[in-house]
This record gives sequence, C-alpha cells and structure tokens, in this order.
Amino acid sequence: MSVNDSTEPNRRDFLYIATGAVGAVGAAAVIWPFIDQMNPDAATLALASIDVDVSQVAEGQSITAKWRGKPIFIRQRTAQEIEEAKAVDLSELKDPLARNANIPGDAPASDENRAAEGKEAWLVMVGVCTHLGCIPLGQAGPYDGYFCPCHGSAYDTAGRIRSGPASENMAIPPFAFSDDTTITIG
Amino acid sequence: MKKTLSVLLAAGIAYLPLSAYAQDGAQEPVAATGDVASPEDAGVVAVEEEHAAEAAEEGHAETPHYPLKKPEEVDWSFDGPFGTWDLAQLQRGFQVYREVCSACHSMNFVAFRNLEALGYSEDQISSLAGEYTVQDGPDDTGEMFERPAVGSDYLPAPYPNPQAAAASNNGAVPPDLSLIAKARAVERGFPTFVFDIFTQYAEAGPDYIHALLTGYGEEPPAGVQVMDGTYYNPYFISSAALAMPQPIYEDQVTYSDGAPQTVEQYSRDVTAFLMWAAEPHMTERKATGFVTMIFLIVFAVLLFLVKRRVWASTPH
Amino acid sequence: MSGHSSYVPSNGIMRWLDARLPLPRMVYDSFVAYPVPRNLNYAYTFGGILAIFLGIQILTGIVLAMHYAAASSLAFESVEKIMRDVNWGWMLRYMHANGASFFFVAVYLHIARGLYYGSYKAPREVLWILGVVIFLLMMATAFMGYVLPWGQMSFWGATVITGFFTAFPLVGDPIQTLLLGGFSVENPTLNRFFSLHYLLPFMIAGVVILHVWALHVTGQTNPTGVEVKSSKDTVPFTPHATVKDGLAMVVFLLAFAYFVFYLPNFLGHPDNYIEANPLKTPSHIVPEWYFLPFYAMLRAITFNIGPIDSKLGGVLVMFGSIIILFFLPWLDTSRVRSTAYRPIYKIFFWIFVANAIMLGWLGAKPAETPYTELALIGTIYYFAHFLIVLPVLGLIETPRKLPNSITEAVLAKHAKSGGSVTPEGATASPETKG
Repeated sequence: MSVNDSTEPNRRDFLYIATGAVGAVGAAAVIWPFIDQMNPDAATLALASIDVDVSQVAEGQSITAKWRGKPIFIRQRTAQEIEEAKAVDLSELKDPLARNANIPGDAPASDENRAAEGKEAWLVMVGVCTHLGCIPLGQAGPYDGYFCPCHGSAYDTAGRIRSGPASENMAIPPFAFSDDTTITIG
Repeated sequence: MKKTLSVLLAAGIAYLPLSAYAQDGAQEPVAATGDVASPEDAGVVAVEEEHAAEAAEEGHAETPHYPLKKPEEVDWSFDGPFGTWDLAQLQRGFQVYREVCSACHSMNFVAFRNLEALGYSEDQISSLAGEYTVQDGPDDTGEMFERPAVGSDYLPAPYPNPQAAAASNNGAVPPDLSLIAKARAVERGFPTFVFDIFTQYAEAGPDYIHALLTGYGEEPPAGVQVMDGTYYNPYFISSAALAMPQPIYEDQVTYSDGAPQTVEQYSRDVTAFLMWAAEPHMTERKATGFVTMIFLIVFAVLLFLVKRRVWASTPH
Repeated sequence: MSGHSSYVPSNGIMRWLDARLPLPRMVYDSFVAYPVPRNLNYAYTFGGILAIFLGIQILTGIVLAMHYAAASSLAFESVEKIMRDVNWGWMLRYMHANGASFFFVAVYLHIARGLYYGSYKAPREVLWILGVVIFLLMMATAFMGYVLPWGQMSFWGATVITGFFTAFPLVGDPIQTLLLGGFSVENPTLNRFFSLHYLLPFMIAGVVILHVWALHVTGQTNPTGVEVKSSKDTVPFTPHATVKDGLAMVVFLLAFAYFVFYLPNFLGHPDNYIEANPLKTPSHIVPEWYFLPFYAMLRAITFNIGPIDSKLGGVLVMFGSIIILFFLPWLDTSRVRSTAYRPIYKIFFWIFVANAIMLGWLGAKPAETPYTELALIGTIYYFAHFLIVLPVLGLIETPRKLPNSITEAVLAKHAKSGGSVTPEGATASPETKG
C-alpha cells in the first residue's frame, strides 16, 4: 500500500531506515539481559573450587567428591592398574587426547598425561560418562576401569574410553595437590 | 563492559555542573531549615504535651509523630545520576562495621567475595575471610565442624539466632544490616516528594542512618519519657528513644589513611558502606540508565520526525 | 476483524497460507488496514502502551520466576539473590516492580480518557465492561505479586486484604481460611499467591484479546464523539496510528526507565526490605500507591449503617467503587459522547479527577482527624458522581453544537489555526468501515 506522498523520497527513506535500525538495535540490546540471566550467577561461580582431604584414601581405594554439582572420582590406583594403563598402545585408543584441563589440549592420552602430575598412582577425574552424562561404575567392565551401565561405554584404568558409544576420555578437572593429603579442585 | 562504564562516567562528568547545581538548589533551603530546627522542635514537643493533656482528658492516646527531627541531607559521593562509590570511604566504612557494628549486627546477604567491589584483591579477601571461622559439615562421621571462612562464605553473624540476639540485648534484636540503607526512610511529605523525582533524591536511607548515628547525646526535652534501657535520639524513626546506645565515639576506630577519626566521619563512612551493601549494583545501574536514556531520547526524536512526516498531508 | 477484508496476498506462499489459516489476513486487517479516526490525540495511545507493559511484566516475570523461591523461608532471600547475584537480576526485578506501577499509571490515564470521551457509551458497553474486568484482574495480580518478596509490607498487606473477607457475616471466616490455606498468612498462602500471580497475567492477556476484538468491531471513539461516517474520517492504522503509538510508547518508556534506573525504590515502601515478621506489624501500613484511593474509601467508613457494621461497610464501599464502573454505560444519560461538548460535565469531570487524587493522598495519611472526615466526603462524592451527577446532568445539560463529521471538525480546527488545508484529507484509506 502507498504509505505517503512525500516529495523527498530519499530523505524519507533514510529517516525510516534510521528509525527502524535504531529500534532494532534497542530490541537486540534489551534481549541480552533476558538471556544472560540464565547464566550461572555470581554465587554459583564463587563456589568454583573445593578442597578434598585424601589422607584416608589407601592404595586401591576411591572417594567421590562433588564439584560444580558433578561427582569427582579420586582414586589411588594399584600398581597393577597403572601397569595395565601404561601397557596400552596409544594408537588403539578411541580418543587420542588426554582431556586434561591441567595440560595443553593437544597432549596425547598417555597414562602420565592422565594421572596426577608427579603422583602417577592418583587419578582425579570428572566421573561423568562422556556419552550422555550418567555416572560410570568403578572397577568394572572389560578394561578393569569404569563401565557406564546406561549405554555400555567401557573405560580403562586411566579413564580412557575403549569401547561403547562414548567418544571422549573422561575429563580431568583443573586440580592440584595443595599438600600431600589435600587436593584442590577447580 | 568496565571500559564502557568508565567512558560513560567520564561523559557524565561533563554534566556534573548541571546536576550539582540542581542538588545545591535542593539542599540549601534544607540546610537553612536545619539551622533553625531546634526552636521548631521545641515547639513540636510542646504541641505534643498539649496533645497528651488533651488525650488524657478525652481518655484516648494521641499518636505522636516520629522522628522528632528530620534527618539532614548529606552530600554523598553516590547520589545523583552520575554518583559513584568512594572506594576509600567504603573500605573505612567496612572497617567501622567490622570493629564496631558487627559485635551485635549481622550482615547476612554480604559474602566475603562481594568485598572485591570495595577494591580489595582476591588475596586480601582470602586472608580476611581466613580470620573468621564458619561452621560447615556434616563431615564423614556426621559431625559439624569449624573451618576458616573462604570467599564464598557470607559474613558470619554475631548471634546464632534471633532468640540469642534478643537475650543478649535486653530483648531487642539488633536488625540485620544488609539492607538497612533501603529499609529505613523518613517520610518526605508533600510537596517535597514530588521535587524528589526531579532532583533524584534517593538517599533517604543513608541520610537517616547518618542522622541517627550522629544524633545521640542530646538531653531529652521536657515531656519526653525515656524508658530504662533505651537511649534518647530525636532522629529515631519510631519513638523518642531506642534500645541501641550510642554505638561509636571519637577515636574508637583507627584509620590508616589519615581520615578524621570523628563520629561524623565514622557515620558517613559506615553509612556509605551500608548503602553499598544494600545496593551493590548502584553505579552499574546508573551507568546503564544513562545509556538507556540516551537511546530512548534519540529513538523518540527519530519517531517524532517519522510521525510528523507520515501525518504531514493529513490534517488531524 | 469486521467488515470485508482488503488483504491481497503478495505471493504464492501467502496465498497458500491464506487459504488454510488466514492469520496474515487477520493481522493485516487488524493492525495495518484497520481504519482509525484521523483526529485521535495522544490520550488514545495508552492502549498500545498498556499492551507493551503487559508484555514487559510477563517477560520479566517469567525470568524472575526462574530464580524466585515461593517458600516463606526462602522467598526474601531468593529475591535478594536476584538483586545481588543473578546477572542483570537487579534490572529485571526493578523493571518488574516499577513496571507494575507504570502499568497502573497507564491504565488510569486510559480509563480517564474513556471517561472523558464517553468511550463506554453505546455501542461500546461490552468493550468497556471487558476493560473493567481487566482492571480487576490487574489489581488482583498486583496485590498477589506484592506479597511474593515476603517483606513486612507484603506480609501485612496480605493479612489486611485477605481480612476483607472476614467482614462478611457467617461465610467470611471460612472463606478467609480457605484463601490463606491456614489461620494466618503463611507458606501455603505464599505458594498459592505465586501460582495465581503467574496465571492471572495470561488471563489478562486473554481478556485483552477480547477487548481488542470488541474495539475492532465498534471502532474507536474520537475526541468529537461523532462516529466515523465515511472513509474521509479515517486513516489506516499503519503507518499513521502505529508511528504515533510508537512515539508515545517510547516517551512513556523514557519515564519508566528514569524510575527503573534512577529512582527504583521511590514508589516502593522501605519496610518491604525487612523480611516478613508475623509478630510485628509495621507502624503504619500503606498499600502501593495505585490502591490508595480505594484504601481511603475502605477506611472512610468508621460507623455502622443500620445492620451493616463499619467493617463490612468499608469493604462493600471499596468493592462497590469498582463494581459501579460496570454500570457506567447505563448511568450516563447524556446523548452526547464527548465531554469536549459538555461544558458543565467538563467541570464535574475534573472535580472527579481531583477527588480521586485527593482520595489517593488521604489513603497514605494516618487514619486520624481530619483525614478520615475528608476521606468520607471524598467517598460520598465518588459515588455521587456516578449515581447523581451522571444520570441527572445528562438530562438537564445543554451540550455545545456537535460537528457533522470528524472531517468537518478537523478542517474547522485547521481553518481556525490558520493551517493549510487539503480537503482531500485522509487519502490513504481505501476501505470503508463496515
């Protein structure tokens, strides 16, 4: 339909376009707070790190800590488990990357790159199956590591995916031994 | 975002003379009435006495109007459309809270991590938090245990529950201070409240707290009853005397930055801190408001031009 | 939504859709080609503004509900978490709280416009009644929303307002207990208020659709009160009304933003920053400003009227002050629609407005002499306006001469102000009103 009979089509068009553009910018700016409010709030972000006392975890034992609402498996592995993990040929692995937040992202998934730095017995990882988020069972499955009962993903003793629908090794969170018996996660 | 904010604030400074002028206009008359306040207040008390006498005759009590004196308007760094926090003042105010107020008053909604906004570094906050212990648990044996506080903990309260607080304070629970600067305001009355819209007066809470803290030490005028265990303060909002004795005296808190160690200065500092605690996003809010207002004005002008053009050939 | 449609699908896809679900046709007929009187002034823009504010309240409300906890032990804390920790939470909450106030500012101006230009008169009675229903729903929504932050005013406001029901003999107390889910305002009360506060805005939206539908059947009134007679009297909704409404919305939003960002607590009460305490009543309970005139009328009845005690009397008067609006179309006997042509009624209209403002002021004052007496006078006048002034004045007043048509009025105005006049007028309105 004819909007108007203006004698200056160019200036009129410019005015209309400018007004429409300003309106669009305003609408876009208003939308952002409505989306951003769904991001983690300041209190949630502040809970980013926890300290875990591991003095009671003997060789061959595990504990589970909670970090960001997820289970963190902390295990002092047996010599046999370490042996098994080291014996794996890296080319056999389904996921060749270490998935360790403490080292560069392209590091290979060797056992050294999966275990705690300088303490190869200790395995600290996010105990969440990388398939669809169930919690795998410990010391179970065909590779003596972890086995996810939901869809049958099997991990080895270093938490690396070996068979099943999952495609990534279980994630290693940012952590460090703040002293011999305390692990700081996050 | 931070950068944009500072640019906007800089832009704001260009407008400061204007807003300062507006504030002067609003404040001077008030200061003037403040000077002559004492005789007037004596009058108020006298009237109250008359009322009391009348009430006694008629057999019903007349409600007196509190506070007896209206708070004076203080010039805060955070007032007006471009107000900002004075970080040094907030830190001093926090010091006053820690060393004086926190003996009785909790601050349940403020976490140690929030103090970053006062200009403290993360390390300073960790070590500060470490000075406090908080209860955590239960541990693996099912027991609650004490541990040093961390940044995500909230400032520990002086009393475990309101009953304990009341028991230690003659039955009066010292209110939580997290929101006190927004939870108290002396009514401004008509027509002042209309002018407040244009002068953007939103500091009734801080002005009240400042007036209350500096308002002790006067002799109660004749006819005003002060009950045992309460302390006369003409600025108190709901009666002539309150359960809190004068909380702070000269030189009680030692400032490291050379600010005067007077009751006046302490009150200003702790009040500014309480305002921050009640409204931590205030400067962010005002800066966002500035952008929003500019945007809406530009948009309105454009729409006005479009509207005029659309209607140009249609008499209406 | 009425009359024949001038919509022509612009391409094949639109033609395909039009044959199956003529939604674009409906939008086109209602918001593009819909003819509006050419002489509407800015008082007619509040409908659009109200639509925007319903949208703002629903949107901010939905996101606030993502963080709010409707439990008496958590509510106050969760609101503070929104204010402190949630990204942009302070802004969303201040928008929602002040949005309620501005919603009422707009609705009162919208109602005042309706009263002034006689928008409630035949054939627009249903349109008007739907509007009163929306107003009632808004009041209920605002009241329940005010309870949610669980501050002192929330709690005691809820106690007082649900106390209205106890005024009714026999059934009153059981009804109050039913509403509260207990014997005082407690966790169950908060929970159900939250549920209803979330529900009612969507009911408002539903009634708004009916309100707009009814409007599009009868067409707008206009400042002359003379009905549209030909296509010359109207302009198409888009762009004429769209851009004018848009301008008014942005100016209104400017005032809204001023409060949200610079005076966010100006319209609130400081006591609501104190968590609810069932054992301590604030020294003086004041409702939100938009309820003050009604609150003044509630308190004005301090005496028994025959078998009706003062408490029930106050409640009846307060509810009556809104119920009476439903009957307004039949109380006004004047055959002239617009107050602009009613010289005597114009005076009474402004007295009514001043009286309403006075009642609002009295509602905020303590209940003592002389305020209660003034409130009683104001209350009597409020009802007298509807029950005496409107019916009687319509019969005895001599109105000014009405123009023959909107176009005539417009052209006469322009001739007087010396504006250049094109007799063509609204050329862009190809369709006639059905």
